[in-house]
Amino acid sequence: MNYTWNWHIFLEPNPTGAGTYFDMLLAGLKVTIVTSLTAWVIALICGTIVGILRTLPSKLAGWIGFAYVEFFRNMPLLVQLFLWFFVLPELLPRTIGLWLKQMPNAPFYTAAVGIGLFMSARVAVQLAAGIGSLPRGQKMAATALGLTTLQAYRYVLLPMAFRIILPPLTSEFLNTVKNSAVAITIGLIELTGAARAMQEFSFQVFEAFSAATLMYLVINIIVVIGMRLLERAVAIPGYITGK
Amino acid sequence: MIEISHVNKWYSPSFQVLKDCTTSVAKGEVVVVCGPSGSGKSTLIKCVNALEPFQDGAITIDGLKVNDPKTDLPKLRSRVGMVFQHFELFPHLKIIDNLCLAQQKVLGRGQEEATAKGMKLLERVGLKEQAQKFPAQLSGGQQQRVAIARALAMDPIAMLFDEPTSALDPEMISEVLDVMVDLAREGMTMMVVTHEMGFARKVAHRVIFMDRGEIVEDAKKEDFFGQPRSERAQQFLSKILSH
Repeated sequence: MNYTWNWHIFLEPNPTGAGTYFDMLLAGLKVTIVTSLTAWVIALICGTIVGILRTLPSKLAGWIGFAYVEFFRNMPLLVQLFLWFFVLPELLPRTIGLWLKQMPNAPFYTAAVGIGLFMSARVAVQLAAGIGSLPRGQKMAATALGLTTLQAYRYVLLPMAFRIILPPLTSEFLNTVKNSAVAITIGLIELTGAARAMQEFSFQVFEAFSAATLMYLVINIIVVIGMRLLERAVAIPGYITGK
Repeated sequence: MIEISHVNKWYSPSFQVLKDCTTSVAKGEVVVVCGPSGSGKSTLIKCVNALEPFQDGAITIDGLKVNDPKTDLPKLRSRVGMVFQHFELFPHLKIIDNLCLAQQKVLGRGQEEATAKGMKLLERVGLKEQAQKFPAQLSGGQQQRVAIARALAMDPIAMLFDEPTSALDPEMISEVLDVMVDLAREGMTMMVVTHEMGFARKVAHRVIFMDRGEIVEDAKKEDFFGQPRSERAQQFLSKILSH
């Protein structure tokens, strides 16, 4: 293979005129982090609501939860992002569609919401499983004390369910970060996009993607450590993993 | 205090769990419900505070109809204490917080008032020292005493016990029964599903015997233990009293 390695490339100025190639990757990293965090917050909020719906005794609530989850988890993420970015503005009334298309940072918002909703289906399924794993008597005990359904979830069921599903939630958080790379397809210059741009300008493809790989690795290691610390902080003395 | 009249409940069209159950518990009365497993006694007691729905008949507590859509069920339930077979303490809350949660969220008591009330009741069941521990750090008998204290913290007008000692080691049963006997002697209105015939003999005013969803025998304690009228009850008694 005829490839000239050049690790100094990171210190050379990039063609946009704003700093070095390394600065370019850092800018991409920042977009990846902001996009992932926003998507994760959306995933947690929507996933929690839908997860609760799936465990309510009401048939209608269960059906809504079921439809939501199957809609968002049975389509490839790539297709969903295309749908939101290219198709949705055409389907909406003209003025709203136009407003969507002209929105500054449209790729960012689409990616954050699109990835967030995609991940929320997975969070919902896990939360429903977590709630389902609690003894049936817990809800009964809360109800018997006079708590409303909402209060029972808020003070009794969710605190336990979330503790139980923290390990799988860690994986979903990591998946959210990794899935943010798909946003390159709708023009978001996140970390993968920045590495791609660096490769195109400098032809140093291996250096660019080595650096990007390392950066993904570092973000995800930080996520893993953070979630571990959280698990430890909320562990219940005497209970399963608690001390 | 508790009026149960002609209650019918079906799990499915072909499976009837409660058949025309009619009985009552007067103010200050202690009624023990016994019967073989699957006889519907737990289901019946759960119908009293509407933890289980029933299709036909009526139950009133202190004049309020349980199966009336207009009844404020959370409020009604908050006035009826319930103790479960598996304790159902909230594992993520300290013992004292288990006692305070519903006092604060349902009755709207302040933190200080709720804690004071909680500590008083913990002292009463002999567990003041355990206030800052978590449920999983307590023995079964201790947990059940906490559960009784938690129910009492709501100043209930009546108490329901659903097999409160069935999940306990033999040596822990008496510590729980002692608390219940004290409660009965203080004049608490109690409906108790249990196989503890010693408890029934000591404090019950009436004994109800259920079999296959029907109330077969509803008699004064003396009559029930003296000469039960139904053959089924006689058989049951001879089996559980013979050893």
